[in-house]
Amino acid sequence: MSAEAAAHAHEGHASPGFYWAIGGILTVITAVEVAIFYIPALAGVLVPLLLVLSATKFIMVVMFFMHLKFDSKIFSGLFLSGMVLASFMTVALIILFQVLPKYDL
Amino acid sequence: MADAAAMAHDDHHYTSTGLPSWKVGFWAFIGSECLFFASLISTYMVYKGRSVVGPYPEEVLNIPLTSISTFVLLMSSLAMVLALDGVQRGSKKLSLIWLGAVIVLGAGFLGFQVYEFNHFVHEGLTIGTNVFGSSFFVLTGFHGAHVTGGVIWMITLWILAARGKLAPADSLKVEVAGLYWHFVDIVWIVIFTLVYLIQ
Repeated sequence: MSAEAAAHAHEGHASPGFYWAIGGILTVITAVEVAIFYIPALAGVLVPLLLVLSATKFIMVVMFFMHLKFDSKIFSGLFLSGMVLASFMTVALIILFQVLPKYDL
Repeated sequence: MADAAAMAHDDHHYTSTGLPSWKVGFWAFIGSECLFFASLISTYMVYKGRSVVGPYPEEVLNIPLTSISTFVLLMSSLAMVLALDGVQRGSKKLSLIWLGAVIVLGAGFLGFQVYEFNHFVHEGLTIGTNVFGSSFFVLTGFHGAHVTGGVIWMITLWILAARGKLAPADSLKVEVAGLYWHFVDIVWIVIFTLVYLIQ
């Protein structure tokens, strides 16, 4: 990459202060995840809560640390195509090995 | 056309989209890695609760310890973006500090994992004990292997930076390494929730 291209790429990224803020938010979310794990009153909603918090962390890292928010949509497409296929595979395996055996087909 | 001609004289190759081929190829690799880790995570989920002999997850998993190692890996991701920022600014000092931080934090995470594996073996849980042991060690072991590869990659970048061979024009090298490092981090975010917190 030329110095000019590198400088242009840098313009599309965020400032160090912004990255520190994202790091702080990720730390707080992780602390909340661990805290709610130890609260018996939240046992009924623990799984959906943890999934939402985990997804939030995942999206923040991908969007801001991996720069997908600032970068070409082609990169988002490459990543999402893998994620969609991976999600289908996970759902298919869970249906095949966890759900269908219960119906004794 | 002038841009294309300028790009043709660059050190890096560009695709017909105008995007660097290294980065396009690496994002495609990350897409394939999603499938790789999804297969391991799915296997863990499918066999969850099917062990007929102990030790069981709730008997051996150490949430406080793993929370600290998760925090360490998250902070290594922060150090990685700050290292990239340092390289793009042309600051050798910042590049060395933050790449060094990534190496130390990554090695720290691996230290936690070695301690955890050692503890599990002493508790009687090995890769052959039950399906929990098999799926857990394979999943977290492959993740640890990825972290190890990442640490080695970061050490090579740190050496390049120390020799003054990481100029702003070379920032793509650090950016691609950063993509790998952050991917390893997001995989751990999923593992921490599905394996450790949702028991």
